[in-house]
Amino acid sequence: MDIHEYQAKQLLSEYGVKIAAGGLAYSPEDAVQRSREIGGHVWVVKAQIHSGARGKAGGIKVCKTHDEISEAAEALLGKRLVTHQTGPAGKQCLRLYVEAGTDIAKELYFSLLIDRAQERIVMVGSAQGGMEIEELAENNPEAIKKIYIEPAVGLQDFQAREMAFALGLNADLVPQAVKLIQGCYRAMRDLDANMVEINPLVITGHDELIALDAKMGFDDNALFRRQKISELRDKTQEDPREMAAADRGLSYVGLDGDIGCMINGAGLAMATMDMIKLAGGEPANFLDVGGGASAERTEKAFRMVLADKNVKAMLVNIFAGINRCDWIAEGVVQAVQKIDMKVPLIVRLSGTNVEEGRKIIEDSGLPIITADTLAEAAEKAVQARNEVVAQAQG
Amino acid sequence: MAIFIDKDTRIIVQGFTGKIGTFHAQEMIDYGSNVVGGITPGKGGQTHLERPVFNTVKEAVEQAGAEASIVFVPPAYAADSIMEAAEAGIKYCVSITDGIPTQDMMKVKIFLSKFPKDKRMVLTGPNCAGTISPGKSMLGIMPGHIYMPGNVGIVGRSGTLGYEAADQMKRLGIGVSTSVGIGGDPINGSSHRDILEKFEQDPETKVVMMIGEIGGPQEVEAGMFAKQHMSKPVVAYIAGLTAPKGRRMGHAGAIISSSGESAAEKVEMLKELGVTIAPTPAAMGETVAKVLAKL
Repeated sequence: MDIHEYQAKQLLSEYGVKIAAGGLAYSPEDAVQRSREIGGHVWVVKAQIHSGARGKAGGIKVCKTHDEISEAAEALLGKRLVTHQTGPAGKQCLRLYVEAGTDIAKELYFSLLIDRAQERIVMVGSAQGGMEIEELAENNPEAIKKIYIEPAVGLQDFQAREMAFALGLNADLVPQAVKLIQGCYRAMRDLDANMVEINPLVITGHDELIALDAKMGFDDNALFRRQKISELRDKTQEDPREMAAADRGLSYVGLDGDIGCMINGAGLAMATMDMIKLAGGEPANFLDVGGGASAERTEKAFRMVLADKNVKAMLVNIFAGINRCDWIAEGVVQAVQKIDMKVPLIVRLSGTNVEEGRKIIEDSGLPIITADTLAEAAEKAVQARNEVVAQAQG
Repeated sequence: MAIFIDKDTRIIVQGFTGKIGTFHAQEMIDYGSNVVGGITPGKGGQTHLERPVFNTVKEAVEQAGAEASIVFVPPAYAADSIMEAAEAGIKYCVSITDGIPTQDMMKVKIFLSKFPKDKRMVLTGPNCAGTISPGKSMLGIMPGHIYMPGNVGIVGRSGTLGYEAADQMKRLGIGVSTSVGIGGDPINGSSHRDILEKFEQDPETKVVMMIGEIGGPQEVEAGMFAKQHMSKPVVAYIAGLTAPKGRRMGHAGAIISSSGESAAEKVEMLKELGVTIAPTPAAMGETVAKVLAKL
C-alpha cells in the first residue's frame, strides 16, 4: 500500500526525521490559510498523488504570494496528473500539501528497501540527489552506496555513519544524519514498511538536513497489525476496478488489451496471458479467481472482466485441483445464463473431473467455445476476438 | 527417496484441527502420506482423524517421531509456527499459508540460519502448494492424481501452473520424481537454486523443470548454479511476458521493480547460462520430452 507524501512526512517526523513546516489543504482557501500559519515569504504547493516525478508533471508549484498560492491550488485541485508512474490515465489530485520554501544548498538521495536476494533491509544512498534512483543506477552506478542491515540486531550507528560519509556530509552534519537514518529505519521496521525513500534529502543553507520529499510503501500482508497505517489508505488513488476486485477477494490488474481473462492461480494466469500474446492477442486483464471458484465467485469474476468495455472476447482457463471441473462448469453456465454476454466466451477446463465438466458445458446449449489445451484456448480466443473486430469493421 | 519426502516420512500437520488443516490432512492421508498427528495448541491429548493431537511440535517429535510438517496456521501466527518446528527438530517444513508479512519471513530466515547446517530445518513456501513425491508421499494441497511417478523434478512458484506442467508431462507419458512449490512471496524458505541443488543430488531425478515468474533475482541465480554445478539438464519457463512494470501480478513477489526482473530479461539470461527454455507455457511438457530424449 502506498501513502501520500504528507502522510509519510508526518510518520517519519514522529521518528525524528526533520521536515519543513507544512499543512494539508483541500481548497484554495485552505491553502492560503496554511501558508499564513506557516509564515515566511516562499511556499511550495504540492499535489498529493501516489506517484513520484510530480514536479515534471506540473504538480509542484513554488509561490511567493497568497494570490499565487490560491491560483496554484485552483489549478491543481481536481486535476489528473500524468507521470511515467501513473500510466496514461494519470491520478487525480484531491489534496494539496503546502510547505515552507526550503533554501537548498545540496540535494542527496536516501532510501531503505527490502533486498530480495539478500533477504534483508538495504540502505541506499547517493550524494547525487534529485534524480530518480533507476536513472542514477543506469548512468552512474558507482555513485550509489548500499549497506545491508542484519535483521537480528538492526541498523547500527556505525553503518549510519558510513552512509553519512558516503553521502559526502561534513563532520558537523553526521550526528543529524545518523538520527535521520536511524529514524527512517525504525519507522520501516516498526510500521512494516517495505520502502522508505527520501529524494531529495537536502542540506539547507542553514546546515540542516531535511526530508524535502518522502515516500513510503507498506507490506499489504502486514496491514492487519498496523491499524494506523491502514487508515491512511486513499482509495481515490487506486484503480476502481482493482479495488472492487480486492474487496471481493479476487486479484485483478487492468491492462490495455481486449481479451478478458479469468484464471485460477497467479502463475497460470500470467502464463495464460503470455499464451494469448504469443498467439497474437493482447490480454485485457490479469484475474486470479483463487482456489475456491464457487458459482458466486465465478459470476462476480465474469462481471468484473466484462465491465471493461474494451473486452472483445473472454477466456476462462481453470486447472481444477482440489476444486472440480464439474463444479466450475456449473458456475460458468450459471454466470453466462445470468449475464447477458455480448462477446464470445472460450472455456478451457483441466484437472479433476474434466470430462464431467466438459459435458455440462456442451449440454448447456450455450454458445461457449471449448478448448482442450492451453495453446488451443489462446488460439481460439485470439481468433474469436479477431472475428468480432472484423465484424465491427463490417 | 526422491527429495524431501518418501513413503515413510513421518508427517505432522500444524493447524491440524482447523477446517483447512482437516480437509488437506485427510487428502494427504488418502494419498498414502504417513501423517502421524498434528498440532493445535490447547487441544493436546485429543484425537483427530484417528491421529493424536499435540500441544507443541516438540511433543510431536518426541512422542510420534515427527520429521516433516505442513503449516496451515493463519498468516499472523505462521512465522511463529515455522520457528517452533525448526526449534523442535523438524527436518522439513512446508508452509502453505499465504499472506505472511515480509519482515516476519526475514526473521524466520535469520532464525533458521542460526542452526548448524546438519541440524537446520529446510523450509519451502510460504504461499505454495507444497511438495509431492508421486506414488510415495504428498505434503501439500495439490491434486495428487495428476502426477505420475517418474524422473523429472519440478520446482516452481505457482501451484496451478505447476499442475499444468505435470499434466502436460503426464499426457506425454512423463512422470515426476518430486514436485516442489517454493511459493510466490518475495522472501521464501528455499529458492529455486536450493531446490536445484537437491535435485542434482537425487539419483531418481534426471531432468529438472523450473517454473519461474517475474520479480526478484532467483531464477537467474538458479541458472548460474545450474551452469556451474549441475550435470543434469534444466528446462525453464518464466511466466509474465505481458506484465507491466511496477504492477503486482497476484503473488506478493510477482512484481518487476528493477532491471533484470522481467520475463524477457530472465529468459535471455537463462539462455546464456545454458538453460533450455520452454518457448511457451503450452510447451513445457514437450520441451522436457525433447531434453529427456537426448539423454
